[in-house]
Amino acid sequence: MEKLKKKIGSFSFWNWVIASIIFRLILIYFPKNLNLSSRPEVSTPLTSFRRLAEGYWLKQSSMSSYAGSMYHGSPLLLSLLGPLTVKRIEGQPNHLLYSLVSVIADVVSAMLIRATGQNLRLAYLRSLESLDLVKQIDVSEFLFSGDIAALIYLCNPFTIVACVGLSTSPIENMAVILCLYGACSRLIPLAAFGWVIATHLSLYPAILIIPVIFLLGCGPDSPPRKLFLQRHQQKEVLNQSKLPPGFSWGPIIHFAFWAFLWSVYVLVLCGISLKQFGGLWEMFKSTYGFILTVEDLSPNIGVLWYFFAEVFEFFRNFFLIVFHVNILFMILPLAIRLRHRPCYLAFVYVAICSMLKSYPSVGDSALYLGLLGWFVNELADMQFSLFLFCGYVGVSLLSPVMHNLWIWRGTGNANFYFTTAMVYACLQIVLVVEGISAVLNHDRKLRILITGKPQDAKS
Amino acid sequence: MVLLQRPHILLLLIDTHQFLQCWIAFGSANEEGQQQEEFSEELLVKPLPDHKLLAHFHFQSSAPPSTSNGCHHHLFPKAISQLVQKFRVKEMELSFTQGRWNYESWGGFDPISSSNAKPPGVELWAVFDVPQHHIDASWKNLTHTLSGLFCASINFLESTATYSTPEWSFPPASGNVRYGTLPCEAVCTENLTPWLKLLPCRDKAAIALLLDRPSLYRGFYHSQRLHLTSTESSSEGIDSGIILEQTLTVVLQPNSERAIEVHASEKHVQPSWSLSSIFGKQVSGRCVLAKSSSVYLLLDRGLVAELKFPNKENGKSAANGLTSENFWSNPSFELSVNPDRIFLEESSSHSKSLSILYMFQVEKYSESEPFDIGLMWKVPVAWLCQQTPLHASRFFMGSGNERGAIAISLKSTQFTEGFMSANSKDGSCELRVDVFQVVPWYVKVYFHSLRVFVDQQPRAVSDFIEKIHVSPSKDKMSPGVMEVVLKLPCRVNTAALTIEFDKGFLRIDEYPPDANQGFDIPSAIISFPNFHASMVFLEDDSLNRSPLLSKFQEKCPVMSYTEVLLVPLTTPDFSMPYNVITIKCTVFALYFGSLLNVLQRRVAEEERFLKAKAAKKTGRLPLLLSKLSAKLRGRRREPLHSPPSSSSFINSKLVLKVILVAGLAVGWQYFFS
Repeated sequence: MEKLKKKIGSFSFWNWVIASIIFRLILIYFPKNLNLSSRPEVSTPLTSFRRLAEGYWLKQSSMSSYAGSMYHGSPLLLSLLGPLTVKRIEGQPNHLLYSLVSVIADVVSAMLIRATGQNLRLAYLRSLESLDLVKQIDVSEFLFSGDIAALIYLCNPFTIVACVGLSTSPIENMAVILCLYGACSRLIPLAAFGWVIATHLSLYPAILIIPVIFLLGCGPDSPPRKLFLQRHQQKEVLNQSKLPPGFSWGPIIHFAFWAFLWSVYVLVLCGISLKQFGGLWEMFKSTYGFILTVEDLSPNIGVLWYFFAEVFEFFRNFFLIVFHVNILFMILPLAIRLRHRPCYLAFVYVAICSMLKSYPSVGDSALYLGLLGWFVNELADMQFSLFLFCGYVGVSLLSPVMHNLWIWRGTGNANFYFTTAMVYACLQIVLVVEGISAVLNHDRKLRILITGKPQDAKS
Repeated sequence: MVLLQRPHILLLLIDTHQFLQCWIAFGSANEEGQQQEEFSEELLVKPLPDHKLLAHFHFQSSAPPSTSNGCHHHLFPKAISQLVQKFRVKEMELSFTQGRWNYESWGGFDPISSSNAKPPGVELWAVFDVPQHHIDASWKNLTHTLSGLFCASINFLESTATYSTPEWSFPPASGNVRYGTLPCEAVCTENLTPWLKLLPCRDKAAIALLLDRPSLYRGFYHSQRLHLTSTESSSEGIDSGIILEQTLTVVLQPNSERAIEVHASEKHVQPSWSLSSIFGKQVSGRCVLAKSSSVYLLLDRGLVAELKFPNKENGKSAANGLTSENFWSNPSFELSVNPDRIFLEESSSHSKSLSILYMFQVEKYSESEPFDIGLMWKVPVAWLCQQTPLHASRFFMGSGNERGAIAISLKSTQFTEGFMSANSKDGSCELRVDVFQVVPWYVKVYFHSLRVFVDQQPRAVSDFIEKIHVSPSKDKMSPGVMEVVLKLPCRVNTAALTIEFDKGFLRIDEYPPDANQGFDIPSAIISFPNFHASMVFLEDDSLNRSPLLSKFQEKCPVMSYTEVLLVPLTTPDFSMPYNVITIKCTVFALYFGSLLNVLQRRVAEEERFLKAKAAKKTGRLPLLLSKLSAKLRGRRREPLHSPPSSSSFINSKLVLKVILVAGLAVGWQYFFS
C-alpha cells in the first residue's frame, strides 16, 4: 500500500485528477446510472436522489416536502438541487445536471483536501524544525500528503460510487471539508459556514466543533507542546519564538460569532421556505428527529437497522440512547488525548460518526478515507494496514452479493447481509483504534528522539 | 296503510305495553302523513352469461324520525338506531365480501354490479355529521361497535394507518368521509348471523328462509352489505329518519349434476334452475312484518336482445298494456310460475334493447303451497352483459423485495366502442375516469414517478390528468392516498397508470403471524362519473313502489373495483433477536473497550514515571493503610481508634454510595410515575 501511494505521489497529480473526472463522466453516461442510485450502500433515506425528487415534486405541488415520510433532507438542498431532479435538457437523462454538480463537488472537495494537506505538511515540517529533528528524520522521505489525500479521495471507488449514484453525500462531504479547510487556513467565516452547513445537512458533523476550536486556538497538527518545552529545557535556552503559540481565545470568539450568524441565516432561509408548512419545528422533527429515532429500517451498511428491526419495542428507547451516547462518550477522551492534533481528531470523529451513525453510506466512508491521506507520514508504521485494505475490498465485494441473495433471489436471509455490515463495522473499529495507536506511537517516537532514550523505542 | 295494518295488529297482540304508543304513532302517521317503520324484502334473480345465477337479496327497513316515537322501535333494529344516534352517522356502508366480482362476464354497467360488487374482505366507509376534529374519534368508536356487532375484526380499522380520508373522488363527496378496508378479512357465517339478526323475521320466514348457509358459501361470489342513511328532518339534527338497506349478493352455479347429464350437443344450453335447486329451500309463507315481499327475475338487456321477443318493436305499448303474456311465453325458455307482473325498462341511454323484469308476489303463497320459481331453458342462448366503459385491472411490475411498481391498466370494452360510435359526431369526446387508490404505509410510493401510457405510448402526465390529489403516507401513521381524475379520449384502446414504490421494512413484531404470505394492497376504485347505471321500470302506482326498483332508478355512477394485490415483503430472521442484540453489543463493547484501552495505554517509561509521581503525591492513603495493617499484625492493642476510623471511612463511603443509588432510584420512580 505504501509503495502504491508513493507511486501515486510521484506520478503527475493532475493526470490522475483528470483521469478520475473522465471516469466519472463515462459512468454518468451509462444508461439508468448502472442502478447505483437505488443501491442501499449508496442511497440511504437521507441521501437518496429519488427521495429528493419526491420532496421536490411535493413542494412543486404546493405541499410540504415533509408530508409523508419520504424526504428527510434540508429544505435548502431542495431549493438548490431540487430543480435538477426533473428533466431539463431534452434528449438527456434527467439526472445529468445533478451528476455534474456532484462531480464538481467532488473535485472541489479534493482541491480543498489538497490545500489543507499541504498546509498540514508545512506545519509539521515547521514543528520538526523547531524541535531540531530535521537531521534525525529524513525529510526527503516525506510524502506530499495533500496530493495523496486528494487522490485517495478522488480515486476511491466509494467516492466514485457515491458521486455517480446521485446521493447527496458529495455535498455533505464538501461542507465538512470546507469547515476543516477554513479552520486550517484560518478563514474563520468559511470554517463557520462549513460547520453550520455540514451540521444542518447531516447533524453528526456538529461534534467537529471541538477540533475546529483546537485548530483555531492552537493551530494545525504538531507534536505535543510538552515536547517543545522539554526540548528547550534540555538546551537551557528558552527561545519563545520557536515555541508553538498557546491557546488563544480570540479566533474562537470570532468563530462563535460567525457560526451564530450563519446558523441564524440558514434557519431564516429554512423558515422562509417552510413558512406555510409547519415551520422549522416540522423540519427539525423530520430531519434530526428522523436521524435520532431510527425510524427507517431499510437495510444499509450500518448496524442499527437490523438491531432496531429485531429488538423488542420495550427496549427501543434505551438502546437508542445507548448507541447515540456511544458517540458522545468518546468525544472527551479523544479530545484530551489528541488535542495537539486537531485535524487528526477531526478525522477520528468523522470515522466514528460514519461507523455509528444511523444511516451510513459509502459516501461517509469515502470522506474519512480521504482524510486519512493527510496523515500518511504519521501513520507510516500502522499495524494491520494490509489486513484492513483486504477487509475493505472483501466487504465491498461481498456486501452487494449478500444483498442480492437476500432481497432479489430470496435464497439468503437478512443475517447474511447483516454479517457483512458487522464485519464492516469491525474493520472501521480496527482502523480507528490502530490509527490512534499509531499516531500516539509516532508522538512517543518523537519524544524519544528528543530525550534520547533509545531503549524505550519499542512501544 | 291497509297493508300496514296487519303487522301492527300482530305487534299489538305481542306487546300490549306498546299499545298506546303505537296507536298514537299510528294516529300521528295518519294525521301528518309521516311514514311508519317499514320493512320490505325482495329477491332478484338474474341469469348470468357464464351459466351462473345471480341472486340479490334486498331487505330494507326504515325508521321515521325519532321524535315521533321516542327511542322505541317496532321493526327497526335498535342496535343500528343507537349507533346512528351515538356517532351521528349520516351515511355508512359496510360490506363483507368473499370472492371477486367478474366484471367481464357478470357485467359492470347495471345498478347491481356498480353498487353491490365490492372488494374482497371488509370495506367500510362512513360519513359523519360531527365537527371536523371529532370525526376520527367517532370513526374509532364506530369501528369498535361494528366489530362487536358483526363479529369481525373491523376494529383493526381504528388505527390511523389503515383508514383514509378521500377528498373528492369517493362518491359521497364530502370532507367528513372516512374509508377503510381489510382485504384479508375472512368472511363466514359468523358474520352473516348477526347481519340476519337485524331482520325482523331473521331467517325464519319468507325470502330470508332461502339463506341456506352451505349453498350460499358454495358460491363464486358472496357479498353482504349494510347501507345506512339517516336523513335529518329537523334543523337541530337530533332526530333523523334512518333507512337501513341490507343486501346480500351471491353468484351461484345452478345445479351442476344436471349439466353433466345433458348431451354434448346441448352443452351450451344454460342450466335450468329453480329456487329449491339452488338454495335447497323454498319460500314458504311470508314474513308478516314485511310490507312487501316479492321475487323478481331480471333478464338483462343483452339477453332480451338475444331472445327476440315477438313484439319487441312495439314493446313499449305492450308494457303499458296489461296483456303481456307474450313476454313470458317465449320459445327459448319457460317459467314454472306465472309472473304476477311484468315490467319493461324505459328507454335506456346506453343500449338499444331493454331489460325485462318479472315480478312474483310471495304474499300469495302459504306454507302448504310454497313458492318456487324455476326457469327452464330450451335453446342455447349466449349473450354478454353490459360492461363498464373501461375494464380496469391492476398488477405489480418488477421483481425482488426492494422496489416495484403498481400499474392500473384500463382497457376499452365493447361498450366504449358503441359509445364512441354514438358520439363520433362531436370530435371532442372525452371519457372521465376517477381513480382512487389507497396504499398502506409500507408500500412507499414515489408520486413523482407517476406515468401515463395511452395506447401503449408514454405520454405527458399533464395532458391526461385533469386533477390529482395526493396525501403521501407517513410511516406507521397514515396510508398513502392518491386520487386522480383522468380525461381520456373516447377512442382510447388502452390506458395505463404506473407508479413506482419502495417496499418498506417492518419491525419484527409488526409482521403478522404468516409473514411470508405477504401484505394486501386494497383495491383501487375506478369510477366513471359521466355514466350512470340506472334502470327505470315503468310502474303504475308511484306511491307504493318497491324499494329495490326505486334503488335501481337512482343515478349512481358506474364504478368498479380492481383486484387486491398481494405484496411480499422481506422478512428479517424471526428467530434472531437475542443473537442480534448480543452480537451487536459485543461489537460496541469491542469498539468502546479497545478505543479506551488505546487512549490510556502507557509504555514502560511512562509507567515508571507515573509510579514515581503516584508514590510522591497521591500514595499517602494506601501507604497509611499498609502501615496500619502492618502495625495491626505486629501489635494488636495499641492503635485502638484507627481500625474503627478506617472501617468507618469505608462504611461512610459505602453508605454514600447506597444513598446515591437509592436517591437515583427514588428519583427515577418519582419521575416516571
